Amino acid sequence: MSAQVSFKNKYKKKKIRIDNFKTVLVTVAAIVFAFIFLLPTILTITNSFMSASEISANYGSIFATTEKGGKVFISKTVNLKFIPDMVSFTQYFTVLFKSPEYLFKFWNSILYVGPIVVFQLVIATLASYGFARYQGRVKNIIFFAYIIMMLMPYQVTLVPNFLVSKAIGIYGTKWAIWLPGIFSPFAVYLLTKFMRRIPTEVMEAASIDGANEWYIFSRVCFPLCKGGIASIAILVFFDYWNMVEQPLILLPDSDMHPLSVFLSKINSGEISLAFAVAVIYLIPPLLIFLYGEDYLVEGISYQGGIKG
Amino acid sequence: MSIQIPNKLTALQKKKLISWLFLLPSLLGVLLFFVAPFGVVIYYSLINNPIQKEFVGLRNYINVWKNAAFQQAASNTFVFSLMAVPLAVILSLFLAAVMESRIPFKSYFRTFFLSPLMVPTASVVLIWQVMFHQNGIVNNFLSVFGNDKIDWLKSDKAYIVIVALFLWKNLGYNMILFMAALASIPKDLLEVAALENANKWQVFWIVKVRYMSSTILFVAIMSLISSFKVFREIYLMTGDYPYQTLYILQHFMNNTFASLDYQKLSSAAIIMFIVVTILVYAMYAVENWFGKDIEG
Repeated sequence: MSAQVSFKNKYKKKKIRIDNFKTVLVTVAAIVFAFIFLLPTILTITNSFMSASEISANYGSIFATTEKGGKVFISKTVNLKFIPDMVSFTQYFTVLFKSPEYLFKFWNSILYVGPIVVFQLVIATLASYGFARYQGRVKNIIFFAYIIMMLMPYQVTLVPNFLVSKAIGIYGTKWAIWLPGIFSPFAVYLLTKFMRRIPTEVMEAASIDGANEWYIFSRVCFPLCKGGIASIAILVFFDYWNMVEQPLILLPDSDMHPLSVFLSKINSGEISLAFAVAVIYLIPPLLIFLYGEDYLVEGISYQGGIKG
Repeated sequence: MSIQIPNKLTALQKKKLISWLFLLPSLLGVLLFFVAPFGVVIYYSLINNPIQKEFVGLRNYINVWKNAAFQQAASNTFVFSLMAVPLAVILSLFLAAVMESRIPFKSYFRTFFLSPLMVPTASVVLIWQVMFHQNGIVNNFLSVFGNDKIDWLKSDKAYIVIVALFLWKNLGYNMILFMAALASIPKDLLEVAALENANKWQVFWIVKVRYMSSTILFVAIMSLISSFKVFREIYLMTGDYPYQTLYILQHFMNNTFASLDYQKLSSAAIIMFIVVTILVYAMYAVENWFGKDIEG
């Protein structure tokens, strides 16, 4: 960093003014982008504190339906408000204490995502050690196959998933979501790349001292990979917390759907609740993001370059 | 000595065997859930129906290829990816460059740019609907400039909305990849460029972009993959049967799943598999050609 700064200084001593101007310009660009990036999230949060009447006054023309014949008074234009007229917690109160179905779907989400994150990482940690240690031709070919599988979109992988879950009788059960998630090659790929960066000598040293492979894995390799495992766990969590495709195809019973799918099916009468539900659904990833951002950034950085 | 060497070899072989044991759980799972059923998918794509099991060659493929819904979905997906992927690469490179320059509160900006990554699509869908509705915010804003109101999600411009949502969600992730790549460019390379009186533009294109070519490839591939995932946004905003221009491959697959047409489903999956493989391979080839002199 300092080398770069001095390099810059050396190069542009006479251009300090222009430089300042540029800094201002870039900062303004950054602020504009930051505003756009944050806007939808912030609006969702502030809207969740509006009362039902305020929501329907603001967005009535969008969500109100007159299917049942009732006349709804709505304004023609949409008012976007950052700050509610009056902060109200009634929506949250209703969601948390009066409408168990949302909490039930929320619980579904946890029930799917929790085991997938934990077991995908357990299996991937083992497999990555297998891939990273004693690389050979066969292993490299298999690893390449993992990469291809990782790159395939859902449109392709859901067909085999569907056939297998029908064949072994887990179609329509939680296992149909769990098992393909647990064996997804994504974490294996990332963690293998992570482990390959550990110098071979570190593990060989333990090996020469007479340690067996399990000992090297659990006492040498695993402690060095904790950061990588955490960052990949975060990525896997975000991905599955957001899942839509799998439940739509593998779970015909919509009672079993996670909140990520159910939220879109919310009916217009409960639209004021939807913002509160959306925020509740946002809280777990938000907390993980705020506490684990550095891990996340590190984990993403490790991915660059498929060749590596 | 002569006895010890074979002993050592078998010890090494033993260790290698043990390393395969670590792989075993994952290999079994991947075989059962991805590889073996994929074989079945290929098989289904070549027979007339699961009962008669008569070999029909490529007829299923031809049927899918000629299917109007498939053509619509494929061309929509293709057009979308063609717009979204280059934009995602260029804009995230721009964001990474912004993050590289001297701006205050850098770490906050990083957090802000990355934040859409964690937001579940379902949570922001409502706000997107408010924004892009006929009477929505975007139209209100544009009407200031005298533009006519558009019902975005039910018009030919619907894909603009989806490209915007896609970029919103994915730019931060790509930006981090580019930031890591920019940070890994050897400083002496930049010093040399400075000594040779290269201007900023040249440094950027000839040194930085070339040095990052493998990252650009990776970002392009990952963007391509996530561009197939915009189904989430489209589905959550518009349901099973969206406006014509928003009918993409995942809709086609969902509807085919619903009708349990295994032949159609399998052939469509194989066609997509082949197309994705070719695209990824083509990008590799371009990257090899573009960045061949800086390998290593």
